[in-house]
Amino acid sequence: MSKIKITCDQATTICDKSQYGKASLVEVIKLRIHFLGCKFCALYTKQNNLLSKILNLNKGGSAICSMTEEEKKLMRSQLEEKKTDS
Amino acid sequence: MENVKTHTLDPDKWIDLHADYLFNYTIVRVNKTEIAKDLVQETFFAALKAMKNFQGKASERTWLIAILKRKIIDYYRKINSNKGKAEVRMNFYNDGENEGEWIEERVPQTWGSDTDKAIETKELGDTLNKCIDKLPEKYAMVFKMKTIQDFETEEICKELDITASNLWVIIHRARTQLRKCMEDNWFIK
Repeated sequence: MSKIKITCDQATTICDKSQYGKASLVEVIKLRIHFLGCKFCALYTKQNNLLSKILNLNKGGSAICSMTEEEKKLMRSQLEEKKTDS
Repeated sequence: MENVKTHTLDPDKWIDLHADYLFNYTIVRVNKTEIAKDLVQETFFAALKAMKNFQGKASERTWLIAILKRKIIDYYRKINSNKGKAEVRMNFYNDGENEGEWIEERVPQTWGSDTDKAIETKELGDTLNKCIDKLPEKYAMVFKMKTIQDFETEEICKELDITASNLWVIIHRARTQLRKCMEDNWFIK
């Protein structure tokens, strides 16, 4: 069932999985073999690693967001309306 | 039985006590502020309707989260069935003798040699976020949960009612799309 030769679509899928540490050893070996004959996927992998690095740097920046007081006020009055409706 | 605390509901305090929490819970799962607000709103409405079914076993917040989760799944199903809208562009041939090979115009191009140096700029982060926003909603949602919020695969699958292989296909398409977008908008200008 496990063919050694894989397509670029499959190779890049393995590469994407490996960004999350979820590619199996067999998959990684297949990917390495694929690189021997395919510079596009090797390049894709290099760029994908860089993207992961950037994404990681960016992670800290996502601040906790909350709703503004006005938004809550509006929500409160709408909830109030619903309450009297029912 | 005396020790078992029975929880009660107090709708007048819902917004003060839980609105921010529910909103934050939602915003990491759906991509858009407006939609997150709507879902929180709908949750409160639904909760109000369902108050008589509350048995006091769970805390007020846990009960509200359970309702919100259903709302998020419903929303996910809805965008899931909106076919054709902002569809991801194919990167690989999906049939014929070239099946699985790169489509020529989507092949990765070499990026500038100084790419490693300049990755801590704010502009780069902004460009990346814009590219994520350009993904179809479903892809952005799964991608962010997995990549930014570090959810476990199983957790995402359970919450969004998809299979693991489904998830990896989505991640794969999101990442190939993202790579291309970053190439076009940042690395090669």
